[in-house]
Amino acid sequence: MTYLKHIGKYFMMLGQVFKRPQKGRVFKEALFKEFDELGIKSIGIVIFISFFIGGVIALQTALNIENPLIPKYLVGFATKRSVILEFAPTFCSIILAGKVGSYITSSIGSMRVSEQIDALEVMGINSLNYLVLPKVLATVFFYPFLIILAMFLGIFGGWVAGFTSSMFSEIDYTQGLQLDFNPFLVQYALIKTLIFAFLIATVPSYHGYYVKGGSIAVGKASTQAVVWTIILIVISNYFLTQMLLT
Amino acid sequence: MIIVDKLYKGFNGIQVLKGISTTFKPGKTSLIIGQSGSGKTVFLKSLIGLHTPESGTISFNGGINTEFTTEQKRQWRQEIGMVFQGSALFDSQTVQENVMFPLKMFKKQSEEQMLERVNFVLKRVNLENSNSKFPAELSGGMQKRVAIARAIVMNPKYLFCDEPNSGLDPNTAILIDDLIQEITDEYQITTVINTHDMNSVMQIGDKIVFLKDGVKAWEGTNKEVFKTDNEAVVKFVYSSELFKKVRLAYLNETK
Repeated sequence: MTYLKHIGKYFMMLGQVFKRPQKGRVFKEALFKEFDELGIKSIGIVIFISFFIGGVIALQTALNIENPLIPKYLVGFATKRSVILEFAPTFCSIILAGKVGSYITSSIGSMRVSEQIDALEVMGINSLNYLVLPKVLATVFFYPFLIILAMFLGIFGGWVAGFTSSMFSEIDYTQGLQLDFNPFLVQYALIKTLIFAFLIATVPSYHGYYVKGGSIAVGKASTQAVVWTIILIVISNYFLTQMLLT
Repeated sequence: MIIVDKLYKGFNGIQVLKGISTTFKPGKTSLIIGQSGSGKTVFLKSLIGLHTPESGTISFNGGINTEFTTEQKRQWRQEIGMVFQGSALFDSQTVQENVMFPLKMFKKQSEEQMLERVNFVLKRVNLENSNSKFPAELSGGMQKRVAIARAIVMNPKYLFCDEPNSGLDPNTAILIDDLIQEITDEYQITTVINTHDMNSVMQIGDKIVFLKDGVKAWEGTNKEVFKTDNEAVVKFVYSSELFKKVRLAYLNETK
């Protein structure tokens, strides 16, 4: 029953979020601020993680191919597939759920416990629309670019790993990358990213907005928000894969 | 004028407000006093529309707030200024941005016009030259003054303050009281303050409403509070030796 109550409340929250902003100029300012907070400031971690994970995927694939009958270009092929299909959209989204999700919950939660949200409501401002809509739009529009960046860097990380370890040649790796390239897989990854970006913005907002208590409650809400966002990303990943790839 | 009629409000089966009726007049400072848990904050939050009453009505110049149309409600919201207990300033915004925020949201004014109004109200609360500071860089008293500036920047008809003196030293508390009183007189605002501060009761209480267990147990002026023989009020207001002496002195003086 409690879960149903939360689901209902979450969708009612979305009803308030997706309303016309009260003042375009203020909304634009908030949107650009969120692009910076949630998007630009996440570029560093995405670059760092995707580069090294791409390298690890390439090295592990190369290490597990001992049979001389298996062509070496499989390393590039496997790295490309893993990065585009799962690592960039799903793994990066999980990382972003941790980084951005906790930020969203704690910032909105702190506003709740310090009565800043009440202050907005008293002024006659739709606080959910003002606080959450810019976050949703910033993540949904920015994260596909982050994920494309992660794809390129993951694949580049694999290339660098081969170059530095001499476990596979640049030619084999490039041949593997070009082999059986299906553009739909990139589309599939971007569709997943849009759904994950929406979850990353809305689930932590829900936890922050309805927090009750003080700073400890905000801390607990942040943890819960991250856990639930990851759970929902994993579940929706399963269903999206089933719907789009089978 | 605000007229409250038989206001009831409860949470999870516990009745917090039990049929409160009272009026608050323009140009007067009215204080809501009572022990912790007596329902003061719920009462104030009901007045500003953050809680919906279970029954009873609150009318603002004849219009009942729960029956307002969307447009009337929008208009009414702009007539309300609220000073929260913890100031509730937006931490990510500077003093100037905090005070300008309601203007940006609701007024069609140029940046210069808004800035002029912001500087005017900041000067009114004696906070010039703090425009670029963030709330975290201000003292408690300065934060309260910024909150007052933000509350009056839209020229409200009604000003509500929740414990405006809490956490302030006695001198600053008196300054804040004086400021609220001056603003109320100057702009003929209907001001309602929730407080525990007995100095405020003595100093600025044009009208005092005493709540006990969600019921209005007494109401009167700050002069009448000296003379009342209402046991609950006497016990609450004169709990300290100092105020007992003040009361005795007043009564001897007026004999």
